Amino acid sequence: MLAAIQWNFGVESVTFAIAAFICVGGALGVVMARNPVHSALSLVATLFGVAVLFVIQEAYFLAAIQVIVYAGAIVVLFLFVIMLLGVDRVENFVEERKPLSLAVGIGFGAALAGLAALPLLVDANTKFTGQKAVKGTLDGDELTRLGRSLFTDYVFAFELTSALLIIAVVGAVVLSRKPEGDPIDLDEFPPIEDDDDLSVDETFDEDGLDVVDEAGDEAAAEVAR
Amino acid sequence: MATTSYLVLAAIIFGIGAAGLLIRRNPLVMFMCVELMLNAVNLTFVAFSRQLGDVGGQSIVFFVLVVAAAEVVVGLGLIVAVMRRRQGADADDLRLLRG
Repeated sequence: MLAAIQWNFGVESVTFAIAAFICVGGALGVVMARNPVHSALSLVATLFGVAVLFVIQEAYFLAAIQVIVYAGAIVVLFLFVIMLLGVDRVENFVEERKPLSLAVGIGFGAALAGLAALPLLVDANTKFTGQKAVKGTLDGDELTRLGRSLFTDYVFAFELTSALLIIAVVGAVVLSRKPEGDPIDLDEFPPIEDDDDLSVDETFDEDGLDVVDEAGDEAAAEVAR
Repeated sequence: MATTSYLVLAAIIFGIGAAGLLIRRNPLVMFMCVELMLNAVNLTFVAFSRQLGDVGGQSIVFFVLVVAAAEVVVGLGLIVAVMRRRQGADADDLRLLRG
């Protein structure tokens, strides 16, 4: 019994160490990658690592939601926007190194699969962790407890999230709609070559910012000379 | 496995996310750093949920996920709206939004 507990402790420690390494590496990748696409893919690594940590803490439902909602929906939304705006072309790709990319991709996939299968390979019947999982005051398994908690203690907040989601959808539609009567011509706003010389102001001339006045004053001074 | 390990890891991830939010100027990458920080907090909630034997922490994580999804939708909508006006804008250019 004691040996089993020690042994389980070891499994959790090893899994935690690997997942923590993936989490921290992915987080550093998000921050340090020059290309936003690489940042998004590093974010996926971190999210998967956190999902693994949820699993070894016996929060299985949250781990599934983490993968489906975060990695499946939010990161894809990020990638959509990156591709839509074309900001991935701002920084040049140095060069494509396909064999390395392939090796890294396969290695990462294999590592994740091995990590997920680790407890199954060792013994399918062993409890994953040596520590007690969430007990709660109600009977039933983990998912049942979470569901009861959501629909009893937190039912008002749960109902409010539906309103929140509706508001977010409406807000996104309003934000992404083109203004009436003033269609935006993208050719009218060419990408600025040099970021540092405040050439931004030229872009906004017709919007009537006070910068225009300064430009006008300079032009007047030019004429006066 | 001590809860401390999870808390330290969550703190490290949160710190990296916060540093990235401050360092990077690309609005998209800044949003990803916010997601990192939210995930670190979720990790903390789950760790304490297990230690204290209270499923409430997991319920909070559920709500954080929903709020994060809504936040990303609205935030990316804002970024797209700004980028339409001026391509290649970074966070420094948003000072033009000042009243």
